[in-house]
Amino acid sequence: MLNQVRAWVEERTGLESGIAHFLNEDIPASSGWHQVFGSMALFMFLVQVFTGIMMALNYAPTTAEAHSSLRYILTELTAGRLMRGLHHWGASMMICIVVLHMVQVFLWGAYKKPREATWMLGVVLLLLTLGFGLTGYLLPWDNRAYWGTVVTTQIAAKAPVMGPYILTLLGSEDGQIGAVTFARFYAAHVLILPAVTALLVFLHVYLVRRHGVAPAPVETAPPIKFYPRQVFKDTVAIFAMFALLFVLAVAVRVPLGKLADPNDVSYIPRPEWYFLFLFQVLKYFEGPLEIVGSMVLPGIAVLLLFLTPFIDRGKAIALRQRTGAIGVLVLSLIGWGALTAAALSTTPHRDSWKGFTAEEMAAIGTFRQAACWQCHSSTPGDSRPGPNLADIAVLRERDWLVAHFKQASGPAGQGVKDLRWRQLATFLPKLDDENVESLHRTPQSLVSGALVYQQNNCGACHQINGAGMKSGPPLNGVAKRWDRKWMEEHFLDPESKSPGTIMPAYKFAPSDMTAMLDYMMSLTD
Amino acid sequence: MKSPSPEEPRRGFLIASINGLMGLITAALALPSAGYLLGGSKAKRPADWVPAGDLTKLEENVPEQVIFERVRRDGWKTVKEKASAWMVKTADKQVVAFSPVCTHLGCAVSWDGSAKSFACPCHTSSFGTDGKVLSGPAPRALDRFAVKLDGSTILLGEIRPADKA
Repeated sequence: MLNQVRAWVEERTGLESGIAHFLNEDIPASSGWHQVFGSMALFMFLVQVFTGIMMALNYAPTTAEAHSSLRYILTELTAGRLMRGLHHWGASMMICIVVLHMVQVFLWGAYKKPREATWMLGVVLLLLTLGFGLTGYLLPWDNRAYWGTVVTTQIAAKAPVMGPYILTLLGSEDGQIGAVTFARFYAAHVLILPAVTALLVFLHVYLVRRHGVAPAPVETAPPIKFYPRQVFKDTVAIFAMFALLFVLAVAVRVPLGKLADPNDVSYIPRPEWYFLFLFQVLKYFEGPLEIVGSMVLPGIAVLLLFLTPFIDRGKAIALRQRTGAIGVLVLSLIGWGALTAAALSTTPHRDSWKGFTAEEMAAIGTFRQAACWQCHSSTPGDSRPGPNLADIAVLRERDWLVAHFKQASGPAGQGVKDLRWRQLATFLPKLDDENVESLHRTPQSLVSGALVYQQNNCGACHQINGAGMKSGPPLNGVAKRWDRKWMEEHFLDPESKSPGTIMPAYKFAPSDMTAMLDYMMSLTD
Repeated sequence: MKSPSPEEPRRGFLIASINGLMGLITAALALPSAGYLLGGSKAKRPADWVPAGDLTKLEENVPEQVIFERVRRDGWKTVKEKASAWMVKTADKQVVAFSPVCTHLGCAVSWDGSAKSFACPCHTSSFGTDGKVLSGPAPRALDRFAVKLDGSTILLGEIRPADKA
């Protein structure tokens, strides 16, 4: 029966003989482990298509709902984090594989006549891969996405003559990133780029088959078949890569940050790691020279890469006879690595609690005082009786939460006043992937300091992170202006340090003073 | 693809490995995907009780459509929306609240005062004031809201099939 169906399909479509023809292609006997990268890149593309479709099935591609729908995927759906993890780390892995593929082709001299067109198509595929990264970066619509894309579009806007047109094409006519830019990036990411990439991959593979796999300088043995020896090596390599990707997706959480906020000046934009070298180059070119770093140099680099087969016309393919070409490759890799490392070393680390107001810091204190952590972990994947706050979103209404706090905290929560319960109920739903762990990571002394700050109503005159009044000086950066000793003396006798001040003296108990000073000295920016 | 040839005694092993590894990858993607697509939302919770009308304003055994507001989790959104129920006050001063959704294919049923029955405009199912099927293709009686009385205020909860209400 099965054989009859097979025969019927074969007679009507030639499917089976077509596959057999594809698999039984002759390849050089020297083929082996070094040629697995092309298949790996193709496989990675398919994984990206698959996980991308999975995400699209639960994702609303508009600025109004992108962030909340992604949050829904991450916090409410089975394996939602896994899908996003596979897609996110898959993108990075795909870039690595594509680059390894190109390095291999370069080292083996496989771009030389008659394979120039295969190479050039490959360079275009590299650019398309980067295009996927660039457009996909915006789609979570968190601060990272927003500010990263603001910088990208502003770079494009500086192109001579073309700038304003490029900006309009990117949906950012007035220089702002919004609904139109988002729609264009989404359409590019899921419609245009996949279609063009699929077509070019097809042509690329077609050309590989047309010219055959590039042979070694000297082939001693007769050709072998692609299947099963080479397919086996490709499969083992693909499996190893997939296993690594899967482990990354499970073990390394990709955070979804705060909803994109054009007014959040504290956010420090950084591009994805594979664009960091470009980001770093921009630091060396200022003023009118900026365009050299943003366009001229990258443009020349892409052009050189594209024209490699015509620049290096030598017939030699053996490594030892191509020291010049190898030198260029090594220098480029070193340059790329050095720029990336320089950018990484200057990437500032910001503790997640630094953005909290004193009220929010005090809410962490309430969370700890009432021993909420006994049931609710804030470490991803940690299992306790209640929902893990790092894995779910708090969707309950404030009244429900307050009632729950009072009832569930038992004796530990007895002394907590209603106001503080309400502040905790306001605080918890605002937490996101990037700062939920501050519930257990924030140093207790800072939390205690914030509690002293709240008890003494310091916010009636001072501001921290935008909350509070302005009749006294704002306290952000106060740690840079004064040292600890000065501050202590100022609390005890403000008049002695700032003559004419209206601030009263605060003679805190020693432990309160220590906590307060710790808190003040943490306000560095 | 054919039987192992003498030149390549490892052929069988290679082919089995290719199929096995590809199978593992497929399973590693397919199983989570099944959970992802079929698992539904983990944040499900019972509907809150919402006030929907006053018992004293209902006439005994005369169904009345009551429009009320409720909050519902719609995927990633929490929406405040209007919903309706057909309320019937029973002889013992209790109230039954029918979902206006026909149990056949989901069209909205309405009260036909002259026929003394709920009528579905789509495939002519009809239901009595007790919600039972009188005629047509509907497979079961009208679904009911869980009902609670707070004084004379009617509170509605979850929708359940009549035999479980």
